[in-house]
Amino acid sequence: MEINATLLGQLITFAILVWFTMKYVWPPITKAMQEREKLIAAGLEAAERSKRELEQAQHKAISIIQDAKRDASLVVDAAHKRSLQMIEEAKESAREEGNRLIAHAKDEIGREVNQAKTILRKQLSQLAVLGAEKIIKHNLDASMQKTLLDEFVAEL
Amino acid sequence: MSQLPANYIEHHLTHLQLNLNNFTIGNGGFWTLNLDTFIVGLITALLIAGVTRYVAVNMKVGVPGTLQNVVEAAIGFVDRSVRDTYHGKSQLIAPLALVLFLWIFLMNTLDLLPVDFIPSLMRVAGVEHFKIVPTADPNMTFSMSITVFFLILFYNFTVKGWHLGKEVLTKPFGPWLFPVNVFFRLLEEVVKPFSLALRLFGNMFAGELIFVLIAMLPWWSQWLPGGIWAIFHILIITVQAFIFMMLTIVYLSMAHDSH
Repeated sequence: MEINATLLGQLITFAILVWFTMKYVWPPITKAMQEREKLIAAGLEAAERSKRELEQAQHKAISIIQDAKRDASLVVDAAHKRSLQMIEEAKESAREEGNRLIAHAKDEIGREVNQAKTILRKQLSQLAVLGAEKIIKHNLDASMQKTLLDEFVAEL
Repeated sequence: MSQLPANYIEHHLTHLQLNLNNFTIGNGGFWTLNLDTFIVGLITALLIAGVTRYVAVNMKVGVPGTLQNVVEAAIGFVDRSVRDTYHGKSQLIAPLALVLFLWIFLMNTLDLLPVDFIPSLMRVAGVEHFKIVPTADPNMTFSMSITVFFLILFYNFTVKGWHLGKEVLTKPFGPWLFPVNVFFRLLEEVVKPFSLALRLFGNMFAGELIFVLIAMLPWWSQWLPGGIWAIFHILIITVQAFIFMMLTIVYLSMAHDSH
């Protein structure tokens, strides 16, 4: 074991290596490592947050679906009620229309009966006049005949 | 094996040396550069600087690649160790600890290469001696521990200021025994670089020596002790790198806090 100038040479090499590492190696590497640590922490935090948000969104979706279901059942009920009502209304109006038509037809029938009666009355009176004319042709003049005929018609 | 065992061992423990007085291969007293230690140390340092800088430039905040993962694991590990122990503001401690850990680990790992592999290649290239593991050279380990020692002194003086004097005089036995306190403190501080450097050197040197000894067994029996020792040595390599780094952090944080 002997100590010689190699010691000085190694001292210089060592000093330069330490200086180089301190200046050009250590800072960039540790900086990047710290950045990565921050990045990972942020990533984990974001994952946690999005998990929470997902949970909230699921709750929200469930409540929206429940609302929608409730709304839909309300709408269906309303529509059902409305259709029943419409059916009732339609029945009502149909009944009214029928009654109206029946009344109208009755009126028509009455009028036609009257008309027929009048016509029959006239024909009968003519037939009666014809008969009477044939029977009493000679005794009556035309004016007398007319008076009698009118009385006869009025009595019918 | 044609050589005598003693020659073989000595051959493996001899550095490739450059005499700085006349720049020839050979020993020049203090002004000698162990070329093998220096070159391997330089290559490993460049490797660490290159790879970590490459990762730093191509750093992705998103999904990291394999190489980035490896470097990030090392940096995260060192960063945690530093944060657990050291609570000061200095931006130097963590990169220093990283370099110590990676560099020592890489240089220690070279111990796992077969002991004759690199020296044989070097002999083909015309180089007689080549010791591949820089941390088995006390010059290497002391260069790091002395740097740490001066950093300890620097932080003691700059962070504590006048409180350092009071601390040295009164701890641990109170003001009346101040000569003992000063003596203890000086001893404590001076022992730190020696314990750091010699622990690492001793472990790696002994490990290398045992590999050399195993290499002298008959060829058909080497795999068992060699394998066992290599597997055990993986632990030593890592633990020694970790201990050096951890003690450096502890010493430097002690230099910041009053105790």
